[in-house]
Amino acid sequence: MATSSVAHHDTAHDDHHDHEHHDNFITKYIFTQDHKMIGKQFLVTGMFWALIGGFLSVLFRLQLGFPDLSLEFLRPLLGGWIDESGKLDPTFYLALVTMHGTIMVFFVLTAGLSGTFSNFLIPLQIGARDMASGFMNMLSYWFFFVSGVIMFISLFIKTGPAGGGWVVYPPLSALEQAIPGSGLGMTLWLIAMVFFIASSLMGGINYITTIINLRTKGMSFSRLPLTIWAFFLTAVIGLLSFPVLFGAALLLVFDRSFGTSFYLADIYVAGEALPNTGGSPVLFQHLFWFLGHPEVYIVLLPALGITSEVIATNSRKPIFGYKAMIVSMLGITVLSFVVWAHHMFVSGMNPFLGSIFMFLTLIIAIPSAVKVFNYLTTLWRGNLIFTPAMLFSIGLVSFFISGGLTGIFLGNSAIDIQLHDTYFVVAHFHLVMGSASFFGMVAGVYHWFPKMFGRMMDAKLGYVHFWLTFTGVYLVFFPMHYIGIAGFPRRYYSWTNFAFTEHYTDLNMFVSAAAIITFFGQFIFLFNFFYSMYRGRKTTPNPWRSNTLEWTTPIEPGHGNWPGEIPTVYRWPYDYSKPGAAEDFIPQTVPLSHTPESNLPHEQEQVKLELEIMREDSEVLVANESKH
Amino acid sequence: MYGFLIGVGVLLILSIIWMVYRIQTLVSVVKGSDKKIASGSNRVNAFLFVLFLIGTSILMFWYSYKEFDNYQMPIASEHGVVTDQLFWVTMAITGIVFLITHVLLFVFPYKYQYKEGRKAAFYPDNNKLEIIWTVVPGIVLAGLVISGWMAWSDITAPAPEKAHVVEIMGYQFAWEVRYPGTDNVLGDYDYRLITASNSHGVDFNDKNALDDFPSPIVVIPKGEPVLFKIRARDVLHSVFAPHMRLKMDAVPGMPTRFWFVPTKTTAEMREETGNPEFEYEIACTEICGRGHFGMRKVIEVVEPAAYQKWYSEQKSFIQQNPALTAGLQADVKELAEIQLEESKK
Repeated sequence: MATSSVAHHDTAHDDHHDHEHHDNFITKYIFTQDHKMIGKQFLVTGMFWALIGGFLSVLFRLQLGFPDLSLEFLRPLLGGWIDESGKLDPTFYLALVTMHGTIMVFFVLTAGLSGTFSNFLIPLQIGARDMASGFMNMLSYWFFFVSGVIMFISLFIKTGPAGGGWVVYPPLSALEQAIPGSGLGMTLWLIAMVFFIASSLMGGINYITTIINLRTKGMSFSRLPLTIWAFFLTAVIGLLSFPVLFGAALLLVFDRSFGTSFYLADIYVAGEALPNTGGSPVLFQHLFWFLGHPEVYIVLLPALGITSEVIATNSRKPIFGYKAMIVSMLGITVLSFVVWAHHMFVSGMNPFLGSIFMFLTLIIAIPSAVKVFNYLTTLWRGNLIFTPAMLFSIGLVSFFISGGLTGIFLGNSAIDIQLHDTYFVVAHFHLVMGSASFFGMVAGVYHWFPKMFGRMMDAKLGYVHFWLTFTGVYLVFFPMHYIGIAGFPRRYYSWTNFAFTEHYTDLNMFVSAAAIITFFGQFIFLFNFFYSMYRGRKTTPNPWRSNTLEWTTPIEPGHGNWPGEIPTVYRWPYDYSKPGAAEDFIPQTVPLSHTPESNLPHEQEQVKLELEIMREDSEVLVANESKH
Repeated sequence: MYGFLIGVGVLLILSIIWMVYRIQTLVSVVKGSDKKIASGSNRVNAFLFVLFLIGTSILMFWYSYKEFDNYQMPIASEHGVVTDQLFWVTMAITGIVFLITHVLLFVFPYKYQYKEGRKAAFYPDNNKLEIIWTVVPGIVLAGLVISGWMAWSDITAPAPEKAHVVEIMGYQFAWEVRYPGTDNVLGDYDYRLITASNSHGVDFNDKNALDDFPSPIVVIPKGEPVLFKIRARDVLHSVFAPHMRLKMDAVPGMPTRFWFVPTKTTAEMREETGNPEFEYEIACTEICGRGHFGMRKVIEVVEPAAYQKWYSEQKSFIQQNPALTAGLQADVKELAEIQLEESKK
């Protein structure tokens, strides 16, 4: 993938003796321990899964939008899942919905987003040579890879992949008699998830350790770019919540295979009364959502971090309310653990618990609102440059508002009674966590592509991609609000059995058409991505004129990132358009003492301290030199 | 043949796109616009944001207005009026926020698009603003939460004692309905007693079960409290009666409940909607397997007098199938036989 990098490597390695590597193909591209290559591995794997996940949604949107269409042409691909009359099998429809959710939430928006950008950016932006443990980082990717292989295999088995919804609620997910997907397909799902959890834990431990321990000189927590803050808090959330999913999955394995009754009670299925008593299906829901809700923020926070960086850079303005942004992310992190049961208002749990979770849920809206207002104020009186990354970031803010506001309906248990498990929910989370996080990921790719591959992506194609996707996403998900308010339940194979869902065939057809067009629009991006990798314009060292550390590395950084010393950091990352400064950006590596013309009064006071530290440093350096 | 033609067409389109792409790249290199900080596209993108704002706003308002009667389902329960009111109050508040934030989000890009020589304002923070937009949403949300909480507490409060009890049991893939009979008490059940002739698993050794009766549809009186006792036999299901604004999961091993007061009879609703075939429906909203999308049950709301009449005419499980008395304990069997005797008269 990086053939062009060869030319640059010589220069990068010139005075870089302590990290001399003689990589062969396998250690460079496959079992690599370089965080940058691991990030790219996550990215390409994530893109592969996004294609699969998106394609599955096209399949079930065909069924929902064009119920009378003969799907005979899909038989070469789907085989027996298309019945004699050319219709999609209803069981397989459920499997498609389930796998779409699982793939998108875990493989694309968790691994593809966090995995890519945490790995790629953390060492580059904090000034570290690599992750704290390169080996564990490598394992993290390969566990994810194995997880993916197992999940992929499950798509092709005879009984079909897991089909009980991505939330895999038992008893449905525990009983093969209830749905064929709960047989081997569900077993593979559980195994894949165990590998996935292991992968994300290893990644998370690495991100946290690296950020705490390996920051370069001067890079205090109050000077970290917001991307790093976001990755850091994401990793903390993941570390605390994924083990709970592991526990939930383990108990489910026991129920499925070893005859225990954690989640099963009083079941009569397929003409037979099962011996299980005393278990509680609601217990699983509590455990699942204890991960499941923080998971929403695991996919969203990195996207918000990327957006903060991209919007500040391209507005040529400091991000408004840097500290408020950090405090709201901290607030979201803590609150994300105490809102899980808002997914369960009508699950039969004690209604008093519902009241408590309603209060907690609506509190989490406040830090989210603060973030939105801060983004808007950052744009205000800026000097906005619409790079594709900037467009996607603005799109993200729009989705975050639209989807966030509908969360206020759903977080209110009284209103949720009607809306729960209808298309209103589908619209809500596809906007606020699906599309928003996806846009964050795409913005990140456009923004850091030059750093990844030393070349630029084509901006015009990026514009076309943005406007097509942005309009497309709204055309797909906005109409779903109407369908949801009208009471259409989720995960329905067809609408013809009920009088109250007999209308809106036109709207469903419209949604499907929009979804299919939007899906195929993504190939513009894929083309741009792979073509630019080899044939894109060569980049300059700092194409967006940005302040953060990654742009001080060589255009194609080698293993170790900086030839020679790691740069020292003297200021926060958002000194854009500072009054008095000649340029409209001052990189973090420029000492305050070099910019007396633009220093603020309190910064001018720090100059003396800074000079003192620099003198001490140079003394140490000289002393070290003389030892050699 | 068609396939071949489509293939050629796609190939042609792709190659045209490719040519256009190459040409515009080369032109931009010749013009040197790739060296500029912001090219002419910056203006186009800024303008497109405003266009998007205006276009989608028109579309949204037009469609919301035109389709109102289609997505706003008529309400047929007392608490439904309250929750719908909450819904529309929330819609008004969030709608205003939605519009304001989006106008700013899409107008700012136009107004503050890149201009050479201009410098952006250095405006890193303002604590007063942060406090304002923390506190104001906090107060508004508190208002919403408290009104929601009061409604929720009323809805989930214990049912009045005189409520009419109906048991709804979900299984793959239908609902079954049981009424408590003249004593207004449902008999015990046990999932191990389920057989082909006793699909509810009713324990007929419980005297309260003797007068329980099944019904192919849910019949309930208008204007009186009704308590749904909900359970599931195999996997999770969820009782959803959209016109009643009612939803509650059916959980195997854990009975759940939901009470409400229906406000319009089926006949009244037929008049209101102008649809002579209108029926209240129950659907399943918790994924339960292959037939999830077909678990339909009809609710018929009638006047209280008609309800009493209908109720007294129903035949109990035992009356419908006297074989169920086989193997019962002696005293219960005696009672059952008396009941059977009486019904013959």
